[in-house]
Amino acid sequence: MAAVSTRNIVKKFGEVPAVNGISLDVPDGEFMVLLGPSGCGKTTFLRIICGLEQQTSGDLLIGGDLVNGIPPRARGVAMMFQSYGLYPHFSVRHNIAFPLRTQRVPSAEVDKKVAWASQLLGIDHLLDRRPRQLSGGERQRVALARALVREPTALLLDEPLSNLDAKLRTSARQEIKQFQQRVGVTTIYVTHDQVEAMGMGDRIAVIDRGQVRQVGTPSEIYDDPADRFVATFVGAPPMNIVARNGGYLGFRPENFLPKDMVKDAAITEFKFRVDRSEYLGSERIVYGVLEGFDPQQVITAKLPPAHVADEWIRPGEWHPFAVRDSALRHFDNDGKRSRRH
Amino acid sequence: MVAIADAVPKPARLAARFRFILDRRDVLGAIMVAPAVLYVLLLVGVPFLMAVYYSLSAYTIYDPSWRFVGLSNFVDIVENPVFRQTLYNTFIFTFGSQTLGLVLGKFGALVLLRPFPGRKLVRALVILPWAVPIALATVAWQWMFDSLYSVINWTLIALGVVSRSDAPNWLGTPHLAMLSVIVVNAWRFFPFAIVIFLAGITAVPQDVLDAATVDGAGFWRRNYQIIMPMILPIVAIGLVFGIVFTFTDLSVVFLMTMGGPVGATSVLGFLGFQTGINSGDVAHGAAISLFMLPVLLVVVVAMLRFIRRREI
Repeated sequence: MAAVSTRNIVKKFGEVPAVNGISLDVPDGEFMVLLGPSGCGKTTFLRIICGLEQQTSGDLLIGGDLVNGIPPRARGVAMMFQSYGLYPHFSVRHNIAFPLRTQRVPSAEVDKKVAWASQLLGIDHLLDRRPRQLSGGERQRVALARALVREPTALLLDEPLSNLDAKLRTSARQEIKQFQQRVGVTTIYVTHDQVEAMGMGDRIAVIDRGQVRQVGTPSEIYDDPADRFVATFVGAPPMNIVARNGGYLGFRPENFLPKDMVKDAAITEFKFRVDRSEYLGSERIVYGVLEGFDPQQVITAKLPPAHVADEWIRPGEWHPFAVRDSALRHFDNDGKRSRRH
Repeated sequence: MVAIADAVPKPARLAARFRFILDRRDVLGAIMVAPAVLYVLLLVGVPFLMAVYYSLSAYTIYDPSWRFVGLSNFVDIVENPVFRQTLYNTFIFTFGSQTLGLVLGKFGALVLLRPFPGRKLVRALVILPWAVPIALATVAWQWMFDSLYSVINWTLIALGVVSRSDAPNWLGTPHLAMLSVIVVNAWRFFPFAIVIFLAGITAVPQDVLDAATVDGAGFWRRNYQIIMPMILPIVAIGLVFGIVFTFTDLSVVFLMTMGGPVGATSVLGFLGFQTGINSGDVAHGAAISLFMLPVLLVVVVAMLRFIRRREI
């Protein structure tokens, strides 16, 4: 059974559609990531699920029940906000207990659940502090404990890591994922960061301009993008797309290699002029243009530095490059995948 | 280096020292603050000290002697039942008008937070009671409470709430007179309360309100468990101002009832003015006015400590 499923959800602000017909099923226990650029409607969609916004049309089911007109408190979902939304005037204990208090859960039960949630997240020593006395990471855990304490049907997370610094973000990413697996709560996670999406999602829904472009596992999204938007949005550097024969040809920078490195398979050859290169330690990113294609279009190649010597890459030189045919992706004129390999 | 320093002529060095004198923070700061400090010292500090001395002397305008009499003026006024009644009135007046003003302010702020056509106009108009000169506004209120021409009574009679024969005499009955001055003062104060509440409520982060909504809090719980505690420090500051201004105020009473009927609406400021200026008994007038100081001091210190404890 799907914990959360939506049928053609549309949300218009005035005449502008923020969400433009999203149908999505999130099965029980799944970690679903909504990935998309800023302003694509992913946060609005999340707010519709928890009831903070009302959809213009479409149906929303939570735990199998139609909840279209039902207020947030009766939906059984919990949400964790970008800046956590902790209650500054309450202690951590009171913060975590709040969702239970609003449900008029008996006091003894509240204490038990607060203890459970705070132990789960390792914040039981902070219970008497105020939110402002906590670090960013601790605040995040308090917010997570507050969201989980009433064991919601679905946990909604809106860019929860964007307020943490880069180092903390990596560890928090792992923590949230491990934690979700342990508790097994259905999770919908909104982010614009593809690293978070790829690293955490069981499945990813890529959203653009209010519509789902593709739903799939991280490897499906990366290896078999449904269209040019997904192909260029996911991956850093993004997939190279070049126009050919009235359609488009796409290949990932790491599949675009010197010809002698890809001898053992069916390949497509290109002549590549190196313009600039960046050495990043574990990889070397090379920028240049292809012979016979648009000379303005920058093509990137991601090379393993161990296999490519420094002196080999000189600006202005032409080199034979190639892509395995199995790594080529074809798109038609509208940007949709035209041929499966 | 030494040679170069010696080469500079002495007067030039002196000029250089003063040319940049305004760049020094301590000097510039002192110059900037000086007018305000002088103003407070001359127009608040000196009169205050004079009032202290007057209250300890037997000074009247008929006998302007500076004879020191200790605390006997204070003993006199405390023993006077009129003063005790006035002190009680002042508390009722302050408490009543602040409470009513805060309730109206909270209500008004909630109304003005919601978008509706003409909201900007209403927001501008709502400031009027605060901006209109108190003398003008009070004259209007005086007519509304007039014993013969009261528009309030006319409305009550038209609605059938009271009959023409026993229509209330607002300013002529002790309790009703007190109610009237409280209403007028609350009416003056509530735009200020609205501004305070609006500032506080709009400063509550949307995320916190959304979190409360998702956590299951309805309108009342959001208002009284989340918003109110969070804005309490701001409201308390506003209330400190309100209390200080109301406790010391005499304008509404002076303009509407002259403390009457039979002292039912007399407040400390009014009594002090009557005694010290109108009757010329400066010593007792000063003692009455100074009586406000310890009362207000206790209230203000208590509230400020409360605010600091609640600081989040």
